[in-house]
Amino acid sequence: MNDMRGADATTPAMPRLDLTPAPGSAPAVKMVVAHALMETKLVLRNGEQLLLALVIPLLLLLAGAKAGGVVDLGAGRRIDVLTPGVMALAVLSAAFTSLAIATAYERRYGVLKRLGASPLSRASLLAGKVLSLLALETLQLSAIGALGVALGWDPDGGLAAALSAVLLVVLGTLCLGSLGLLMAGTLRAEATLAGANLVYVLLLVAGAVVVPAASYPDSLGSLATSLPSGALAEGLREVLSGEGLAWTRAAVLCVWAVIGSAMTMRTFKWE
Amino acid sequence: MALNYRLPFVTATAVEVVDLVKSYGSTTAVDGLSLTVETGSITAILGPNAAGKTTTIETCEGYRKPTSGSVRVLGLDPVTDHARLAPRVGVMLQTGGAWSAARAVEMLRYVASLHAHPLSVDALVERLGLGSCGRTPYRRLSGGEQQRLGLALSVIGRPELLFLDEPTAGLDPQARRGCWDLIGDLSAAGVTVVLSTHYMEEAERLASEVYIIDAGRVVTAGSPGDLMAAGAGGSMTFSAPRGLDTVDLAAALPPDCAVSEGPPGRYTVSGQVSPHTLSTLTRWCAEREVMPGQLSIEQHTLEDVFLALTGKELR
Ligand SMILES: Nc1ncnc2c1ncn2[C@@H]1O[C@H](COP(=O)(O)OP(=O)(O)O)[C@@H](O)[C@H]1O
Ligand SMILES: [Mg+2]
Repeated sequence: MNDMRGADATTPAMPRLDLTPAPGSAPAVKMVVAHALMETKLVLRNGEQLLLALVIPLLLLLAGAKAGGVVDLGAGRRIDVLTPGVMALAVLSAAFTSLAIATAYERRYGVLKRLGASPLSRASLLAGKVLSLLALETLQLSAIGALGVALGWDPDGGLAAALSAVLLVVLGTLCLGSLGLLMAGTLRAEATLAGANLVYVLLLVAGAVVVPAASYPDSLGSLATSLPSGALAEGLREVLSGEGLAWTRAAVLCVWAVIGSAMTMRTFKWE
Repeated sequence: MALNYRLPFVTATAVEVVDLVKSYGSTTAVDGLSLTVETGSITAILGPNAAGKTTTIETCEGYRKPTSGSVRVLGLDPVTDHARLAPRVGVMLQTGGAWSAARAVEMLRYVASLHAHPLSVDALVERLGLGSCGRTPYRRLSGGEQQRLGLALSVIGRPELLFLDEPTAGLDPQARRGCWDLIGDLSAAGVTVVLSTHYMEEAERLASEVYIIDAGRVVTAGSPGDLMAAGAGGSMTFSAPRGLDTVDLAAALPPDCAVSEGPPGRYTVSGQVSPHTLSTLTRWCAEREVMPGQLSIEQHTLEDVFLALTGKELR
Protein backbone atom coordinates (compact mmCIF):
# COMPACT_ATOMS: atom_id res chain seq x y z
CA MET A 1 0.00 0.00 0.00
CA ASN A 2 2.94 2.29 0.44
CA ASP A 3 4.42 1.59 -2.98
CA MET A 4 3.56 4.97 -4.39
CA ARG A 5 5.25 6.89 -1.66
CA GLY A 6 8.34 4.75 -1.27
CA ALA A 7 11.83 6.09 -1.86
CA ASP A 8 12.81 7.49 -5.22
CA ALA A 9 11.39 4.99 -7.69
CA THR A 10 14.16 5.60 -10.22
CA THR A 11 16.86 4.09 -8.01
CA PRO A 12 15.82 0.49 -7.53
CA ALA A 13 18.77 -0.23 -5.21
CA MET A 14 17.43 2.25 -2.68
CA PRO A 15 15.45 0.62 0.16
CA ARG A 16 11.83 1.65 0.40
CA LEU A 17 11.00 4.41 2.86
CA ASP A 18 8.25 2.81 4.93
CA LEU A 19 6.96 5.60 7.12
CA THR A 20 4.37 3.56 9.03
CA PRO A 21 4.97 3.88 12.76
CA ALA A 22 7.00 1.08 14.29
CA PRO A 23 8.24 2.52 17.57
CA GLY A 24 10.62 0.67 19.84
CA SER A 25 13.95 0.88 21.62
CA ALA A 26 17.03 -1.04 20.61
CA PRO A 27 18.33 -3.47 23.26
CA ALA A 28 20.13 -1.57 26.01
CA VAL A 29 23.48 -3.22 25.32
CA LYS A 30 23.30 -2.23 21.67
CA MET A 31 22.51 1.37 22.63
CA VAL A 32 25.39 1.53 25.10
CA VAL A 33 27.85 0.18 22.53
CA ALA A 34 26.53 2.51 19.82
CA HIS A 35 26.93 5.47 22.14
CA ALA A 36 30.41 4.45 23.23
CA LEU A 37 31.49 4.04 19.59
CA MET A 38 30.12 7.45 18.68
CA GLU A 39 31.89 9.20 21.54
CA THR A 40 35.13 7.36 20.85
CA LYS A 41 35.07 8.40 17.19
CA LEU A 42 34.46 12.00 18.22
CA VAL A 43 37.38 12.03 20.68
CA LEU A 44 39.76 10.49 18.19
CA ARG A 45 38.71 13.13 15.67
CA ASN A 46 39.33 16.01 18.07
CA GLY A 47 42.88 17.34 17.82
CA GLU A 48 42.92 19.19 21.14
CA GLN A 49 41.55 16.21 23.03
CA LEU A 50 44.12 13.88 21.46
CA LEU A 51 46.90 16.32 22.32
CA LEU A 52 45.81 16.28 25.93
CA ALA A 53 45.07 12.56 26.10
CA LEU A 54 47.98 11.12 24.17
CA VAL A 55 50.59 13.53 22.85
CA ILE A 56 51.35 15.42 26.06
CA PRO A 57 51.71 12.28 28.21
CA LEU A 58 53.96 10.63 25.63
CA LEU A 59 56.12 13.76 25.31
CA LEU A 60 56.37 14.06 29.10
CA LEU A 61 57.46 10.45 29.36
CA LEU A 62 60.09 10.93 26.67
CA ALA A 63 61.34 14.23 28.06
CA GLY A 64 61.31 12.99 31.66
CA ALA A 65 63.28 9.89 30.76
CA LYS A 66 65.86 11.74 28.67
CA ALA A 67 66.30 14.88 30.75
CA GLY A 68 67.48 13.09 33.86
CA GLY A 69 68.11 15.18 36.94
CA VAL A 70 66.10 18.28 36.07
CA VAL A 71 63.29 17.15 38.37
CA ASP A 72 64.04 14.92 41.36
CA LEU A 73 61.91 11.79 41.10
CA GLY A 74 63.27 10.26 44.30
CA ALA A 75 64.63 6.79 44.73
CA GLY A 76 64.36 4.04 42.12
CA ARG A 77 65.05 3.93 38.41
CA ARG A 78 63.77 7.06 36.74
CA ILE A 79 61.76 5.34 34.03
CA ASP A 80 60.14 2.98 36.55
CA VAL A 81 58.93 5.96 38.59
CA LEU A 82 57.96 7.99 35.57
CA THR A 83 55.89 5.52 33.53
CA PRO A 84 53.15 4.79 36.11
CA GLY A 85 52.91 8.52 36.88
CA VAL A 86 52.41 9.36 33.22
CA MET A 87 49.76 6.64 33.06
CA ALA A 88 47.93 8.32 35.93
CA LEU A 89 48.24 11.64 34.10
CA ALA A 90 46.69 10.06 31.01
CA VAL A 91 43.74 8.78 33.06
CA LEU A 92 43.36 12.25 34.59
CA SER A 93 43.30 13.87 31.16
CA ALA A 94 40.75 11.43 29.74
CA ALA A 95 38.43 10.81 32.67
CA PHE A 96 38.44 14.30 34.10
CA THR A 97 39.51 16.97 31.62
CA SER A 98 38.31 15.52 28.31
CA LEU A 99 35.10 14.15 29.77
CA ALA A 100 34.27 17.44 31.48
CA ILE A 101 34.90 19.54 28.39
CA ALA A 102 33.11 17.18 26.00
CA THR A 103 30.09 16.86 28.27
CA ALA A 104 29.88 20.59 28.89
CA TYR A 105 29.69 21.17 25.14
CA GLU A 106 27.13 18.37 24.77
CA ARG A 107 25.04 20.32 27.22
CA ARG A 108 25.64 23.62 25.48
CA TYR A 109 24.75 22.31 22.01
CA GLY A 110 21.61 20.51 23.15
CA VAL A 111 23.04 17.03 22.52
CA LEU A 112 22.10 15.87 26.01
CA LYS A 113 18.68 17.43 25.57
CA ARG A 114 18.20 15.71 22.22
CA LEU A 115 19.33 12.36 23.61
CA GLY A 116 16.95 12.88 26.52
CA ALA A 117 14.11 12.47 24.01
CA SER A 118 15.64 9.31 22.53
CA PRO A 119 15.26 5.78 23.90
CA LEU A 120 18.79 6.02 25.38
CA SER A 121 18.24 6.20 29.14
CA ARG A 122 20.47 8.31 31.33
CA ALA A 123 21.98 5.18 32.82
CA SER A 124 22.80 3.87 29.34
CA LEU A 125 24.23 7.22 28.34
CA LEU A 126 26.49 7.11 31.37
CA ALA A 127 27.47 3.51 30.69
CA GLY A 128 28.30 4.47 27.10
CA LYS A 129 30.49 7.31 28.31
CA VAL A 130 32.34 5.02 30.73
CA LEU A 131 32.84 2.39 28.03
CA SER A 132 34.18 4.99 25.63
CA LEU A 133 36.53 6.28 28.36
CA LEU A 134 37.83 2.79 29.05
CA ALA A 135 38.47 2.31 25.32
CA LEU A 136 40.39 5.58 25.15
CA GLU A 137 42.37 4.68 28.27
CA THR A 138 43.25 1.29 26.83
CA LEU A 139 44.71 3.08 23.86
CA GLN A 140 46.54 5.62 26.04
CA LEU A 141 47.96 3.08 28.48
CA SER A 142 49.06 0.73 25.71
CA ALA A 143 50.91 3.55 23.97
CA ILE A 144 52.49 4.80 27.20
CA GLY A 145 53.39 1.27 28.28
CA ALA A 146 54.97 0.53 24.91
CA LEU A 147 57.02 3.74 24.93
CA GLY A 148 57.99 3.09 28.56
CA VAL A 149 59.24 -0.40 27.73
CA ALA A 150 61.13 0.98 24.76
CA LEU A 151 62.80 3.42 27.15
CA GLY A 152 63.69 0.63 29.57
CA TRP A 153 60.67 0.46 31.90
CA ASP A 154 60.75 -2.80 33.86
CA PRO A 155 57.51 -3.20 35.85
CA ASP A 156 57.52 -5.61 38.78
CA GLY A 157 54.91 -7.75 40.44
CA GLY A 158 53.63 -9.85 37.55
CA LEU A 159 49.96 -10.60 36.99
CA ALA A 160 48.88 -9.48 40.45
CA ALA A 161 50.40 -6.07 39.85
CA ALA A 162 48.73 -5.80 36.45
CA LEU A 163 45.32 -6.68 37.92
CA SER A 164 45.77 -4.23 40.77
CA ALA A 165 46.73 -1.54 38.26
CA VAL A 166 43.57 -2.23 36.25
CA LEU A 167 41.48 -2.00 39.42
CA LEU A 168 43.09 1.33 40.32
CA VAL A 169 42.54 2.68 36.79
CA VAL A 170 38.86 1.67 36.84
CA LEU A 171 38.34 3.22 40.29
CA GLY A 172 40.26 6.31 39.23
CA THR A 173 38.13 6.60 36.11
CA LEU A 174 34.87 6.41 38.07
CA CYS A 175 36.12 8.89 40.59
CA LEU A 176 37.70 11.44 38.21
CA GLY A 177 34.84 10.95 35.77
CA SER A 178 32.19 11.76 38.36
CA LEU A 179 34.12 14.92 39.28
CA GLY A 180 34.42 15.85 35.60
CA LEU A 181 30.67 15.44 35.20
CA LEU A 182 30.08 17.50 38.33
CA MET A 183 31.91 20.40 36.67
CA ALA A 184 30.30 19.87 33.26
CA GLY A 185 26.80 19.63 34.67
CA THR A 186 26.89 22.86 36.64
CA LEU A 187 29.25 25.33 34.93
CA ARG A 188 28.90 26.94 31.51
CA ALA A 189 30.87 25.34 28.67
CA GLU A 190 33.54 28.07 28.56
CA ALA A 191 34.02 27.96 32.31
CA THR A 192 34.37 24.18 32.18
CA LEU A 193 36.90 24.44 29.36
CA ALA A 194 39.03 26.84 31.36
CA GLY A 195 38.45 25.16 34.72
CA ALA A 196 39.12 21.59 33.62
CA ASN A 197 42.38 22.58 31.93
CA LEU A 198 43.44 24.61 34.96
CA VAL A 199 42.80 21.70 37.32
CA TYR A 200 44.77 19.44 35.01
CA VAL A 201 47.79 21.75 35.03
CA LEU A 202 47.62 22.34 38.80
CA LEU A 203 47.47 18.62 39.52
CA LEU A 204 50.25 17.93 37.02
CA VAL A 205 52.53 20.40 38.78
CA ALA A 206 51.53 19.98 42.42
CA GLY A 207 49.34 16.88 42.63
CA ALA A 208 51.92 14.08 42.99
CA VAL A 209 50.91 12.75 39.60
CA VAL A 210 54.12 12.50 37.62
CA VAL A 211 56.46 13.53 40.45
CA PRO A 212 56.06 11.18 43.48
CA ALA A 213 54.59 12.59 46.68
CA ALA A 214 57.86 11.90 48.50
CA SER A 215 59.55 14.58 46.39
CA TYR A 216 57.16 17.29 47.68
CA PRO A 217 57.24 19.02 51.07
CA ASP A 218 55.45 16.72 53.55
CA SER A 219 52.19 18.67 53.94
CA LEU A 220 51.76 19.16 50.20
CA GLY A 221 52.62 15.51 49.59
CA SER A 222 49.98 14.19 51.95
CA LEU A 223 47.39 16.64 50.65
CA ALA A 224 48.17 15.47 47.11
CA THR A 225 47.78 11.78 47.93
CA SER A 226 44.40 12.43 49.47
CA LEU A 227 43.25 13.75 46.10
CA PRO A 228 42.09 11.24 43.47
CA SER A 229 44.92 12.04 41.05
CA GLY A 230 47.64 11.62 43.67
CA ALA A 231 46.09 8.46 45.10
CA LEU A 232 45.86 6.94 41.63
CA ALA A 233 49.44 7.87 40.69
CA GLU A 234 50.98 6.74 43.99
CA GLY A 235 48.94 3.54 43.84
CA LEU A 236 50.11 2.79 40.30
CA ARG A 237 53.75 3.50 41.21
CA GLU A 238 53.46 1.16 44.18
CA VAL A 239 51.78 -1.77 42.48
CA LEU A 240 53.90 -1.58 39.33
CA SER A 241 57.09 -1.64 41.36
CA GLY A 242 55.88 -4.81 43.05
CA GLU A 243 54.87 -3.32 46.40
CA GLY A 244 51.32 -4.59 46.21
CA LEU A 245 48.08 -2.63 46.46
CA ALA A 246 47.81 -0.30 49.43
CA TRP A 247 44.13 -0.28 50.37
CA THR A 248 44.34 3.33 51.47
CA ARG A 249 44.80 4.31 47.80
CA ALA A 250 41.70 2.39 46.76
CA ALA A 251 39.82 3.79 49.73
CA VAL A 252 40.67 7.40 48.80
CA LEU A 253 39.44 6.76 45.26
CA CYS A 254 36.24 5.12 46.49
CA VAL A 255 35.45 7.95 48.88
CA TRP A 256 35.92 10.53 46.13
CA ALA A 257 33.85 8.45 43.73
CA VAL A 258 30.97 8.38 46.21
CA ILE A 259 31.25 12.12 46.91
CA GLY A 260 31.54 12.94 43.20
CA SER A 261 28.63 10.75 42.11
CA ALA A 262 26.34 11.95 44.88
CA MET A 263 27.01 15.61 44.13
CA THR A 264 26.73 15.09 40.38
CA MET A 265 23.38 13.33 40.73
CA ARG A 266 22.07 16.20 42.82
CA THR A 267 23.33 19.07 40.69
CA PHE A 268 23.68 17.93 37.08
CA LYS A 269 21.68 20.11 34.67
CA TRP A 270 20.90 18.47 31.34
CA GLU A 271 20.17 21.73 29.53
CA MET B 1 -7.04 5.24 7.15
CA ALA B 2 -6.64 2.12 9.24
CA LEU B 3 -3.52 1.98 11.34
CA ASN B 4 -1.60 -1.08 10.32
CA TYR B 5 0.57 -1.34 13.40
CA ARG B 6 -0.36 -2.70 16.78
CA LEU B 7 -0.47 -0.84 20.00
CA PRO B 8 -1.70 -1.96 23.39
CA PHE B 9 -4.58 0.42 22.87
CA VAL B 10 -5.13 3.28 20.50
CA THR B 11 -6.70 6.29 22.12
CA ALA B 12 -8.51 8.77 19.93
CA THR B 13 -6.72 11.62 21.67
CA ALA B 14 -2.96 11.67 21.24
CA VAL B 15 -2.25 14.81 23.26
CA GLU B 16 -4.43 16.53 25.81
CA VAL B 17 -3.33 19.83 27.34
CA VAL B 18 -5.69 21.34 29.91
CA ASP B 19 -5.29 24.82 31.38
CA LEU B 20 -1.53 24.75 31.05
CA VAL B 21 0.31 27.55 32.82
CA LYS B 22 4.08 27.84 32.67
CA SER B 23 5.91 30.71 34.33
CA TYR B 24 9.60 31.52 34.36
CA GLY B 25 10.03 33.77 37.35
CA SER B 26 7.82 36.73 36.63
CA THR B 27 7.33 35.87 32.93
CA THR B 28 4.23 33.85 32.17
CA ALA B 29 5.09 32.11 28.91
CA VAL B 30 1.94 29.98 28.73
CA ASP B 31 -1.17 31.29 30.39
CA GLY B 32 -4.07 28.85 30.65
CA LEU B 33 -3.70 27.07 27.34
CA SER B 34 -5.78 24.01 26.41
CA LEU B 35 -5.51 21.94 23.30
CA THR B 36 -6.43 18.50 22.03
CA VAL B 37 -4.62 16.58 19.34
CA GLU B 38 -6.61 13.80 17.69
CA THR B 39 -4.74 10.64 16.82
CA GLY B 40 -3.75 10.73 13.15
CA SER B 41 -4.17 14.49 12.74
CA ILE B 42 -1.69 17.20 11.89
CA THR B 43 -2.14 19.93 14.46
CA ALA B 44 -0.44 23.28 14.04
CA ILE B 45 0.34 25.70 16.84
CA LEU B 46 0.55 29.00 15.06
CA GLY B 47 1.78 32.18 16.65
CA PRO B 48 4.34 34.96 16.54
CA ASN B 49 7.70 34.84 18.30
CA ALA B 50 7.47 34.50 22.07
CA ALA B 51 3.85 33.35 21.89
CA GLY B 52 4.70 30.27 23.94
CA LYS B 53 4.94 27.65 21.19
CA THR B 54 8.25 26.13 22.29
CA THR B 55 7.21 26.16 25.93
CA THR B 56 3.98 24.32 25.10
CA ILE B 57 5.68 21.74 22.91
CA GLU B 58 8.56 21.14 25.31
CA THR B 59 6.10 20.63 28.14
CA CYS B 60 4.44 17.93 26.05
CA GLU B 61 7.88 16.43 25.41
CA GLY B 62 8.54 16.25 29.15
CA TYR B 63 11.39 18.78 29.17
CA ARG B 64 9.49 21.28 31.28
CA LYS B 65 7.12 20.78 34.17
CA PRO B 66 3.83 22.68 34.11
CA THR B 67 3.47 25.42 36.72
CA SER B 68 -0.17 24.34 36.77
CA GLY B 69 -2.58 22.48 34.53
CA SER B 70 -2.20 19.01 33.08
CA VAL B 71 -0.58 17.44 30.05
CA ARG B 72 -1.21 13.87 28.84
CA VAL B 73 0.64 12.41 25.89
CA LEU B 74 -0.55 9.05 24.49
CA GLY B 75 -2.44 8.73 27.74
CA LEU B 76 0.74 9.09 29.81
CA ASP B 77 2.49 11.77 31.84
CA PRO B 78 5.37 13.23 29.81
CA VAL B 79 7.63 13.62 32.86
CA THR B 80 6.96 10.58 35.03
CA ASP B 81 6.31 8.17 32.12
CA HIS B 82 9.16 9.55 30.04
CA ALA B 83 10.97 6.24 29.58
CA ARG B 84 7.84 4.61 28.14
CA LEU B 85 7.10 7.54 25.86
CA ALA B 86 10.61 8.17 24.50
CA PRO B 87 10.63 5.38 21.89
CA ARG B 88 7.11 6.26 20.71
CA VAL B 89 7.54 10.00 20.33
CA GLY B 90 9.74 11.78 17.78
CA VAL B 91 11.14 15.16 18.74
CA MET B 92 12.58 17.91 16.59
CA LEU B 93 14.05 20.69 18.71
CA GLN B 94 13.96 24.26 17.50
CA THR B 95 17.78 24.34 17.40
CA GLY B 96 20.84 22.20 18.00
CA GLY B 97 20.86 18.67 19.26
CA ALA B 98 23.94 17.24 17.53
CA TRP B 99 27.65 17.05 18.33
CA SER B 100 29.38 19.80 16.41
CA ALA B 101 31.96 17.36 15.05
CA ALA B 102 29.51 14.59 14.12
CA ARG B 103 28.97 14.13 10.41
CA ALA B 104 25.36 14.39 9.23
CA VAL B 105 24.82 10.79 8.18
CA GLU B 106 26.92 9.45 11.05
CA MET B 107 24.63 11.27 13.48
CA LEU B 108 21.57 9.85 11.76
CA ARG B 109 22.99 6.30 11.86
CA TYR B 110 23.79 6.70 15.53
CA VAL B 111 20.25 7.78 16.44
CA ALA B 112 18.84 5.03 14.18
CA SER B 113 20.84 2.48 16.20
CA LEU B 114 18.97 3.51 19.36
CA HIS B 115 15.68 2.27 17.88
CA ALA B 116 14.25 -1.18 17.27
CA HIS B 117 12.92 -0.72 13.72
CA PRO B 118 14.44 2.47 12.31
CA LEU B 119 13.76 3.79 8.83
CA SER B 120 16.34 3.05 6.19
CA VAL B 121 19.00 5.71 6.74
CA ASP B 122 19.96 5.75 3.05
CA ALA B 123 16.38 6.18 1.89
CA LEU B 124 15.72 9.00 4.35
CA VAL B 125 18.96 10.76 3.41
CA GLU B 126 17.95 10.53 -0.23
CA ARG B 127 14.42 11.72 0.48
CA LEU B 128 15.60 14.81 2.38
CA GLY B 129 18.46 15.60 0.02
CA LEU B 130 21.09 15.16 2.73
CA GLY B 131 23.38 13.03 0.55
CA SER B 132 25.61 15.85 -0.64
CA CYS B 133 26.39 16.96 2.92
CA GLY B 134 26.42 13.48 4.44
CA ARG B 135 30.08 13.65 5.47
CA THR B 136 30.01 17.28 6.58
CA PRO B 137 30.44 17.92 10.33
CA TYR B 138 27.28 19.33 11.92
CA ARG B 139 28.87 22.71 12.71
CA ARG B 140 29.66 23.25 9.01
CA LEU B 141 26.17 22.43 7.75
CA SER B 142 24.07 25.34 6.51
CA GLY B 143 21.08 26.33 8.63
CA GLY B 144 18.75 24.58 6.19
CA GLU B 145 20.81 21.39 6.25
CA GLN B 146 20.86 21.39 10.05
CA GLN B 147 17.11 21.86 9.99
CA ARG B 148 16.57 18.95 7.59
CA LEU B 149 18.90 16.75 9.63
CA GLY B 150 16.87 17.67 12.73
CA LEU B 151 13.71 16.53 10.96
CA ALA B 152 15.42 13.32 9.86
CA LEU B 153 16.59 12.62 13.43
CA SER B 154 13.05 13.06 14.71
CA VAL B 155 11.48 10.54 12.32
CA ILE B 156 14.27 7.95 11.99
CA GLY B 157 12.92 5.88 14.91
CA ARG B 158 9.46 5.51 13.29
CA PRO B 159 7.51 7.26 16.06
CA GLU B 160 3.74 7.21 16.25
CA LEU B 161 3.64 10.80 17.49
CA LEU B 162 5.88 13.56 16.20
CA PHE B 163 6.57 16.99 17.74
CA LEU B 164 8.16 19.47 15.34
CA ASP B 165 9.17 22.90 16.64
CA GLU B 166 9.26 25.26 13.67
CA PRO B 167 10.39 22.52 11.30
CA THR B 168 10.85 24.70 8.23
CA ALA B 169 12.18 27.92 9.78
CA GLY B 170 15.00 29.19 7.61
CA LEU B 171 14.46 26.74 4.74
CA ASP B 172 14.39 27.85 1.13
CA PRO B 173 11.03 27.39 -0.62
CA GLN B 174 12.05 24.17 -2.36
CA ALA B 175 13.37 22.52 0.79
CA ARG B 176 10.26 23.70 2.63
CA ARG B 177 8.04 22.00 0.10
CA GLY B 178 10.14 18.84 0.46
CA CYS B 179 9.56 18.89 4.22
CA TRP B 180 5.83 19.50 3.77
CA ASP B 181 5.66 16.50 1.46
CA LEU B 182 7.43 14.31 4.00
CA ILE B 183 5.20 15.50 6.83
CA GLY B 184 2.16 14.84 4.65
CA ASP B 185 3.39 11.33 3.85
CA LEU B 186 4.12 10.63 7.51
CA SER B 187 0.59 11.65 8.35
CA ALA B 188 -0.83 9.50 5.56
CA ALA B 189 1.17 6.59 6.99
CA GLY B 190 -0.54 7.05 10.35
CA VAL B 191 1.81 9.30 12.30
CA THR B 192 0.19 11.96 14.50
CA VAL B 193 1.97 15.29 14.00
CA VAL B 194 2.10 18.36 16.22
CA LEU B 195 4.04 21.26 14.77
CA SER B 196 4.62 24.86 15.71
CA THR B 197 5.08 27.51 13.10
CA HIS B 198 4.81 31.18 12.42
CA TYR B 199 4.22 30.56 8.73
CA MET B 200 0.54 30.88 7.85
CA GLU B 201 1.01 29.00 4.65
CA GLU B 202 2.48 26.05 6.51
CA ALA B 203 -0.50 25.80 8.83
CA GLU B 204 -2.95 26.24 5.93
CA ARG B 205 -1.25 23.64 3.78
CA LEU B 206 -0.56 20.94 6.36
CA ALA B 207 -2.81 21.15 9.35
CA SER B 208 -6.19 19.62 9.90
CA GLU B 209 -6.48 21.63 13.12
CA VAL B 210 -4.88 24.99 13.85
CA TYR B 211 -4.47 26.62 17.26
CA ILE B 212 -3.64 30.27 16.91
CA ILE B 213 -1.86 31.37 20.06
CA ASP B 214 -0.61 34.72 21.26
CA ALA B 215 0.90 35.71 24.59
CA GLY B 216 0.50 32.18 25.91
CA ARG B 217 -3.22 31.87 25.21
CA VAL B 218 -5.29 30.27 22.49
CA VAL B 219 -6.80 33.08 20.45
CA THR B 220 -8.86 30.79 18.27
CA ALA B 221 -8.83 27.23 16.98
CA GLY B 222 -10.35 25.20 14.20
CA SER B 223 -9.64 23.77 10.77
CA PRO B 224 -7.95 26.24 8.40
CA GLY B 225 -11.19 26.39 6.40
CA ASP B 226 -13.33 27.12 9.45
CA LEU B 227 -10.94 29.78 10.66
CA MET B 228 -10.93 31.54 7.35
CA ALA B 229 -14.68 31.34 7.06
CA ALA B 230 -15.12 32.61 10.60
CA GLY B 231 -12.60 35.33 9.91
CA ALA B 232 -15.34 37.03 7.86
CA GLY B 233 -14.79 36.13 4.28
CA GLY B 234 -13.29 38.74 2.06
CA SER B 235 -14.43 40.84 -0.81
CA MET B 236 -15.39 40.82 -4.50
CA THR B 237 -14.86 43.76 -6.76
CA PHE B 238 -16.10 44.28 -10.33
CA SER B 239 -16.62 46.94 -12.96
CA ALA B 240 -20.01 47.74 -14.52
CA PRO B 241 -21.87 50.76 -15.79
CA ARG B 242 -22.22 53.57 -13.27
CA GLY B 243 -25.23 53.95 -11.09
CA LEU B 244 -26.29 50.32 -10.48
CA ASP B 245 -28.85 49.96 -7.72
CA THR B 246 -26.55 48.89 -4.88
CA VAL B 247 -29.38 48.76 -2.38
CA ASP B 248 -31.25 46.25 -4.55
CA LEU B 249 -28.07 44.16 -5.04
CA ALA B 250 -27.41 44.14 -1.31
CA ALA B 251 -30.95 42.95 -0.71
CA ALA B 252 -30.42 40.04 -3.11
CA LEU B 253 -27.15 38.96 -1.48
CA PRO B 254 -26.80 37.13 1.87
CA PRO B 255 -27.62 39.45 4.75
CA ASP B 256 -24.05 40.06 5.97
CA CYS B 257 -22.88 41.41 2.61
CA ALA B 258 -22.40 45.11 2.00
CA VAL B 259 -22.23 46.70 -1.44
CA SER B 260 -20.65 50.01 -2.31
CA GLU B 261 -19.70 51.91 -5.43
CA GLY B 262 -16.21 53.24 -4.92
CA PRO B 263 -14.92 55.16 -7.90
CA PRO B 264 -17.95 55.47 -10.23
CA GLY B 265 -18.42 52.15 -12.08
CA ARG B 266 -16.26 50.15 -9.64
CA TYR B 267 -18.23 48.09 -7.14
CA THR B 268 -17.16 46.24 -3.99
CA VAL B 269 -19.11 43.48 -2.28
CA SER B 270 -17.67 42.76 1.15
CA GLY B 271 -18.62 40.15 3.71
CA GLN B 272 -19.03 36.41 3.45
CA VAL B 273 -17.53 35.38 0.13
CA SER B 274 -18.92 31.97 -0.80
CA PRO B 275 -19.85 30.20 -4.04
CA HIS B 276 -23.44 31.12 -3.19
CA THR B 277 -22.58 34.83 -2.91
CA LEU B 278 -20.78 34.69 -6.22
CA SER B 279 -23.63 32.96 -8.06
CA THR B 280 -26.17 35.36 -6.59
CA LEU B 281 -24.09 38.29 -7.82
CA THR B 282 -23.73 36.92 -11.34
CA ARG B 283 -27.44 36.01 -11.53
CA TRP B 284 -28.42 39.49 -10.37
CA CYS B 285 -26.19 40.97 -13.08
CA ALA B 286 -27.47 38.56 -15.76
CA GLU B 287 -31.07 39.50 -15.02
CA ARG B 288 -30.11 43.12 -15.77
CA GLU B 289 -27.98 42.31 -18.82
CA VAL B 290 -24.95 43.69 -16.97
CA MET B 291 -21.50 42.19 -17.50
CA PRO B 292 -19.44 42.23 -14.23
CA GLY B 293 -16.06 43.06 -15.73
CA GLN B 294 -12.68 42.64 -14.07
CA LEU B 295 -14.31 40.55 -11.39
CA SER B 296 -11.86 39.72 -8.67
CA ILE B 297 -12.37 37.77 -5.51
CA GLU B 298 -10.24 38.18 -2.45
CA GLN B 299 -10.53 35.66 0.35
CA HIS B 300 -9.02 36.28 3.69
CA THR B 301 -6.04 34.15 4.66
CA LEU B 302 -5.17 32.94 8.14
CA GLU B 303 -2.78 35.84 8.17
CA ASP B 304 -5.69 38.28 7.99
CA VAL B 305 -7.52 36.30 10.63
CA PHE B 306 -4.53 36.52 12.93
CA LEU B 307 -4.15 40.24 12.32
CA ALA B 308 -7.84 40.81 12.96
CA LEU B 309 -7.78 38.84 16.22
CA THR B 310 -4.57 40.09 17.77
CA GLY B 311 -3.80 43.33 16.02
CA LYS B 312 -0.32 41.95 15.40
CA GLU B 313 1.61 40.82 12.36
CA LEU B 314 2.71 37.21 12.60
CA ARG B 315 6.31 37.93 11.78
N1 LIG C 1 13.77 28.97 29.94
C1 LIG C 1 13.19 30.19 29.94
N2 LIG C 1 13.47 31.09 30.91
C2 LIG C 1 12.89 32.29 30.93
N3 LIG C 1 12.02 32.73 30.01
C3 LIG C 1 11.69 31.89 29.01
C4 LIG C 1 12.28 30.58 28.91
N4 LIG C 1 11.78 29.98 27.81
C5 LIG C 1 10.93 30.86 27.24
N5 LIG C 1 10.87 32.01 27.96
C6 LIG C 1 10.03 33.17 27.65
O1 LIG C 1 8.71 32.72 27.49
C7 LIG C 1 8.09 33.35 26.40
C8 LIG C 1 7.63 32.30 25.39
O2 LIG C 1 8.75 31.67 24.82
P1 LIG C 1 8.67 30.47 23.81
O3 LIG C 1 7.84 29.40 24.40
O4 LIG C 1 10.06 30.11 23.44
O5 LIG C 1 7.91 31.13 22.58
P2 LIG C 1 7.91 30.77 21.02
O6 LIG C 1 8.45 29.40 20.85
O7 LIG C 1 6.49 30.90 20.63
O8 LIG C 1 8.75 31.81 20.35
C9 LIG C 1 9.10 34.31 25.83
O9 LIG C 1 8.81 35.58 26.36
C10 LIG C 1 10.41 33.80 26.33
O10 LIG C 1 11.33 34.84 26.49
MG1 LIG D 1 10.02 28.73 19.72
